[in-house]
Amino acid sequence: MTVTNTAGSADLNGGAASRIEARRKVGNLIALGLSIVATLFGLFFLVSILITLLIQGFSAISPSLFLENLPPLGGEGGGLANAIFGSVAMTVVAIIVATPIGILAGTYLTEYARGGKLAEVAKFINDVLLSAPSIIIGLFVYTILVLPIGHFSAWSGAAALGIIALPVINRTTQDMLGLVPNALREAAAALGTPRWKTMTHVIYRAARSGIVTGVLLAVARISGETAPLLFTALNNQFWSTDMGQPMGNLPNVIFQYATAADANSQRIAWGAALLITVTILVINIVARALSGGGKQQV
Amino acid sequence: MAVTTSTYAAQDSAGSAKARSVVLQDRIFFYMTVASAVLVVLVLVGVMVSLVIGAWPALSHSGLSFLWTERWSKKAQIFGALAPIYGTIVTSIIAMIIGIPVSFGIAIFLTELCPQALRRPIGVAVELLAGIPSIIYGLWGFFYLAPWLAQHFQPVFGVLANVPVVGALFVDSGSGLNLFTASLILAIMVLPFITSITRDVFQTVPTLLRESAYGMGMTTWEVVRSIVIPYSRVGLVGGVMLGLGRALGETMAVTFVIGNSHNISASLFDPATTISATIANEFAEADPGLFTASLLELGLVLSIITFIVLALAKWLLVRGEIK
Repeated sequence: MTVTNTAGSADLNGGAASRIEARRKVGNLIALGLSIVATLFGLFFLVSILITLLIQGFSAISPSLFLENLPPLGGEGGGLANAIFGSVAMTVVAIIVATPIGILAGTYLTEYARGGKLAEVAKFINDVLLSAPSIIIGLFVYTILVLPIGHFSAWSGAAALGIIALPVINRTTQDMLGLVPNALREAAAALGTPRWKTMTHVIYRAARSGIVTGVLLAVARISGETAPLLFTALNNQFWSTDMGQPMGNLPNVIFQYATAADANSQRIAWGAALLITVTILVINIVARALSGGGKQQV
Repeated sequence: MAVTTSTYAAQDSAGSAKARSVVLQDRIFFYMTVASAVLVVLVLVGVMVSLVIGAWPALSHSGLSFLWTERWSKKAQIFGALAPIYGTIVTSIIAMIIGIPVSFGIAIFLTELCPQALRRPIGVAVELLAGIPSIIYGLWGFFYLAPWLAQHFQPVFGVLANVPVVGALFVDSGSGLNLFTASLILAIMVLPFITSITRDVFQTVPTLLRESAYGMGMTTWEVVRSIVIPYSRVGLVGGVMLGLGRALGETMAVTFVIGNSHNISASLFDPATTISATIANEFAEADPGLFTASLLELGLVLSIITFIVLALAKWLLVRGEIK
C-alpha cells in the first residue's frame, strides 16, 4: 500500500512524495485525535455519572438512613434499614445455593468431561446464560415459583438471583481449574488418592483464590440486579424477616422512589444507589486484588 | 472416569471394605458434578419451556399476528408486540452506531497511544465501570441526561424537522424521555463491555506483525487499519455482538428514560417502549389471562432474539481465538 510509495519516494519526484507523506501524517493525526476524543467522550459520561452519584448520595447519607425503615412514598424521613436487610438476605441465600452448584458444574466440565462434545455444548449454554437478559430470568422464576405458590416472596427473589450467579461461578471455576497444572493431578493419582479427594484437597486448594474471586464477582453482579426482583421479591415498605413474604430490597427501592415527585423519596433513592455502587466497586476491587491484578474478566 | 473406577474395582475384588467405600465416595462426587452441570443446561431449557407454556394463551389466541400488531390495549384485550419490538431493535441499533466507534476509539487509544503509566488505571477504570448496575445508569439518565438533552440538544436538532424526508426523525416532543435518550444511555452502558473485549482482541495481534509494520514505516493509524483490525476482525465482530446482546435485553436503564409509549413514531425524540421496559412496567399489575400471557410472549420473543445474538457472538469469539 502507501508504504511502497514512501520507500522509493525521495529520488523519484520529491513534490508528490512529500504531499503523500504529508497526507499520511495528517490522516494519522486525525485518526489518533479522534481516538483521544472518543476516550474523553466515554470518560466524561462515566465520570459525570460517578460524580453526581457521589454528590447526591452523600447528601442522603445519615445515621437514620441505616436505622429506619422505608418511608411511605411521599412521606417524611425514613431510611433503608429493611431494604438493606432484604438485599443482604436474598444475596446471601442466592450465593449459598449457587456456589456449590456452580463449582461442581465447573468441575465436571473441566475435570471429567474435558474436550467432550457434550461438555462443549454445556459450556456454550453456560456462556449464553451468563449474558442472558436478567428480566427473562425474572419471568422464568415467576412462572415456576411465584405462580404455583400464589404470591411474591423473598425465596423466589433469592432463586432468581441464584440463577444469575450460577453461570458466573461456573465460568470462573472452569477458567481457574484450567490453570491448575496437570502435574498436581498426576502426583495425587500416583499416590493413590481417590479422585474426589484429589479435587477437594488438592485442586480446589490450588485454585482457591481464583474460585473465591468468581464468587465475589457473582456477588457484585447480583447485588445490583433489579429486573429479576421486580416480580419475584417485589418490595416491602416494612421490616420483614419472613423469606416467604415480599421483602424490601435496594434496587427496587431505587426504581420506585426515584420516580416519585417529592424530594425525600428521591433522597432515599440516591442513598440506595450510592450504597449499591460502593458495595459493588469495593467487591470488584477486592476480587481484583485477590486474583493478583487478575486478567480473567467474565 | 472409567479408568479410575476400574482401578478401584480391582482393589475392591481384594475384598477391602475401605476400597469399596472409596469407590462409592468417588461415584457420589462424580454424580454430584454431573447433576450440577446438567442443572445449568436445564435452566436454559426451563426458561424456554416455561415461557412457551406461560405464553400459550396468547400464542394460541393471536398466533403470529402478535408480532406485527401495533395496538396494545388493556381495555380491548388486544395486545400487539410491534411497538416494543421496534423500540428494542431501534434503540439497540442507535446505541451500537454511537457505541462502536467510541469504544473502538478508546481501545485504540489504550493499546496504541496511551502512555504506559496510564494504561492500567484507565483499563481498570473501564472494567470497573462495566460492573456498575444498569439501574444506576437509569437513575442518572432520568435526573440528568434526559432534562439536559431536552433543553440543549433536542431544540438544536429540532431545527432539522423542517427538512423534507429526514425531518420527521427530528420532531421535538419537548420531553427528554424518549427513544434517543434511551439509545444514548444504552450506548454509554455498552461502552465498557465492547471496549474491554476490543482491547483484549487487539492484544492478540502478534507483536512481531505489529513491529514489522512499523518497521516498514507505517504510521500508527495505518498499522491499526491495515494490520490490527483485519487480524482481529472476527473477534471484534464477536465483541460487538456481545454488546448488542446486552443492549437488546437491557431493562432498568431503558425503563427510566424511554417514556413508555406503545405508539410507533417516526421521530427519535418521541417516547417509545422496548420489550424489557414493557415487561418491567406492566407485569406486576397485569391481570392473569391474556395480558400476562402476552407479556410472557414478549419475554419469549426477547429471549429468542438475544439467545441467537449471544450464540453468534460466542461462536465468533471462539473462532477469533482459534485463529
